[in-house]
Amino acid sequence: MRQIAFYGKGGIGKSTTSQNTLAQLATKFGQRIMIVGCDPKADSTRLILNTKAQQTVLHLAAELGSVEDLELDDVLQTGFGDIINVECGGPEPGVGCAGRGIITAINFLEQEGAYTDLDFVSYDVLGDVVCGGFAMPIRENKAQEIYIVCSGEMMAMYAANNIARGILKYANSGGVRLGGLICNSRNTDREDELITELARRLNTQMIHFVPRNNVVQHAELRRMTVAQYNPEHPQAKEYEILAEKILNNKMLTIPTPISMEELEELLMEFGVIEDEEAAIKKLQASGQ
Amino acid sequence: MSKDRLEAPDYNSLFSEERFVQQRENKKQFEAPCSAQETAEALAYSKSAEYMAKNFDRKAVVINPHKACQPLGSIMAALGFEKTLPFVHGSQGCNSYFRSHLSRHFKEPTPAVSSSMTEDAAVFGGMSNLIDGLENAVALYKPEMVAICTTCMAEVIGDDLSAFIGNARQKGVVSEDFPVAYCNTPSFVGSHTTGYDAMMKGILSYLYDRSGIQAAPGSGEETGEKLNVLLGFEPYTGNFAEIRKILDAFDTKYTFLGDHSGNYDSPATGEYEYYYGGTKLADVPLAANALATLSLQKYTLKKTQDYIGQTWKQPVQALSTPLGITGTDRLLEAISELTGLPVPASLTEERGRVVDALTDSHPYIHGKRVALVGDPDLLIGLIGFCLETGMEPVHIVCSNGDVDFNDVKFKNEAEALLAASPYGSEAKLYIGNDLWHMRSLLLNDPVDLAIGSSHLKFAAKDADVPLVRVGFPIFDRHHMHRYPILGYQGALNLLTLIVNTVLDELDRNNSGFNYDLVR
Repeated sequence: MRQIAFYGKGGIGKSTTSQNTLAQLATKFGQRIMIVGCDPKADSTRLILNTKAQQTVLHLAAELGSVEDLELDDVLQTGFGDIINVECGGPEPGVGCAGRGIITAINFLEQEGAYTDLDFVSYDVLGDVVCGGFAMPIRENKAQEIYIVCSGEMMAMYAANNIARGILKYANSGGVRLGGLICNSRNTDREDELITELARRLNTQMIHFVPRNNVVQHAELRRMTVAQYNPEHPQAKEYEILAEKILNNKMLTIPTPISMEELEELLMEFGVIEDEEAAIKKLQASGQ
Repeated sequence: MSKDRLEAPDYNSLFSEERFVQQRENKKQFEAPCSAQETAEALAYSKSAEYMAKNFDRKAVVINPHKACQPLGSIMAALGFEKTLPFVHGSQGCNSYFRSHLSRHFKEPTPAVSSSMTEDAAVFGGMSNLIDGLENAVALYKPEMVAICTTCMAEVIGDDLSAFIGNARQKGVVSEDFPVAYCNTPSFVGSHTTGYDAMMKGILSYLYDRSGIQAAPGSGEETGEKLNVLLGFEPYTGNFAEIRKILDAFDTKYTFLGDHSGNYDSPATGEYEYYYGGTKLADVPLAANALATLSLQKYTLKKTQDYIGQTWKQPVQALSTPLGITGTDRLLEAISELTGLPVPASLTEERGRVVDALTDSHPYIHGKRVALVGDPDLLIGLIGFCLETGMEPVHIVCSNGDVDFNDVKFKNEAEALLAASPYGSEAKLYIGNDLWHMRSLLLNDPVDLAIGSSHLKFAAKDADVPLVRVGFPIFDRHHMHRYPILGYQGALNLLTLIVNTVLDELDRNNSGFNYDLVR
């Protein structure tokens, strides 16, 4: 059984990309998959289940009084491609501790033996690795392969670099490795080259460039993955390729995060941001 | 030495002196107290049936629960191993509480260190605290193993012990071959018994894994015929000696997995050492080849038993604390079954003597209504002892009783036990309730005796019920833990405590003409 995790900046399309890819992995490659949503918003499984947010482990535990009263059957749901889904859940924004929630929920799943008879467990983790709780999926004996979803936008790359730092912390003592960057295209300039270069500096690969296509949004509005909504669409093929690359991925590395300066230099090199001189000239030229 | 007599008034007479009486009186003006009448009314109301109904409806607050938090048990488990230093990853205050709590019970020091996490560690994670702490602890206290558990703070922020210890090794703070066992002990779940179990399993699995031994139960020289014995969260050092006596009488070989009786019963020789006794670290992996495992706290040791059964593939006989005649009979049967050895004549004879003693006291204890408080395994033992001696359990409170063994909940086992005897017909078991509930029960449905830890003394006093101190913690009586309560000898000790409390009550409440010489 392989345990993988998707990380990336908030709003970058982690859940969309992961569900679309895993749907392909399940239907085209016959893999038995479980998705563990690690986001208090609990939106990591809706495209597979074709529902609104699923009932979460923590919500049900709170209703019953404690996690010990919970049964596996209460929290596991099977969806498209026979993918098994579970959402950790967590508190409302602004209260409680979401990180602890993830620790509690994942401990519950492990203790109850949820991870049996599977090829893949995939963790979908919110935004940045903001605290120890969100690092839970990359601890020892959990996800060994991390895929970072990013785009050619500066903050997405900044987040990717930060996540690489998080992975490095656990890589030396445990077995966690970076499997690659998934570029979820935002149609920015020279995006493909830029992410390939960032990947090179982080000692990893851009495992796939997922082009932007509206069919993803159309499918999402219907709470579906492209694999289910329009399996013949070329975009479905893109996710299939990504799924196959993940299935056969041999390049698992310890990342080499770069400094903020180096990241800015890189962006300048690719003309995403201008250096100060150029910026001043531009302002002067525009007569301001 | 001076021959002058040292004036040392006791606590009671000292504070009855006029100056202290005056002092208390003077303080009242700053305390804005209720009037004596209001206080008396509130106190009377708190004893009423109406209040009891409200008390049992209580949802939002717990008052004096009869349990402690997980790392307390983990520390006890760690101290059951030779030259092992308990290390609490968290704040100093937590560690101070565990140490003082254990020391107040055993009247012995509790060596344990903390990683001293403060606010910055809560923000930045406790890794550097743990690494520095390990380095200092090993340098100062020279343990042969460090056993790390966590406090709530480290658990909430998600500190990863395994990764931190790995990083500490990489930094060279501890060498690759220096054993560091660990367990996670978040106290927002479970109790001290859960923490004991977590650390026991942590240590056994860690020492076994690193040894490279492949468990082959019942094989290997000097190990294949041995029995592993686990006592669990054991507040009585005397119980270790008693179990030794029983096993020696069988003439079987055995290894205690976790024996803190050395640390908690160390001699005063003028020199204090940090470590006394305990299971030898080298014996732990060998224990995987033992004949079988005998566990005497099946609800406490749930995960450990599962581990031994599944990973070491050993037969595991799991009992609750073997109290009384029936409990001890069952223990001897279990040992006999596991080892194939007959029950020794010396124990059969001892049994007879204790049965004789029980019949001597029988007129005084038969039919006595009792209230019980304790950990699940202790309660199973105590209920059994009460029923076999004709005492009638009435109120039973178990704050940490939401546990099960082999898919049977503690509640169900206890209730079945009570239902099987006419003396259990009045009993009611309260799981998850606290000692403030027990106070209402004692006041509204009086009993003859309360049996439980020192914490029960206040409710017992309010209800004017004599308290027999059994369990953990016993802070206000000395040396109780040095005498066994399990085995036939333990049954005799329990009987002595109980019957003499009953007789003391008879004397204390005599009506003038019946203050008898002979009872």
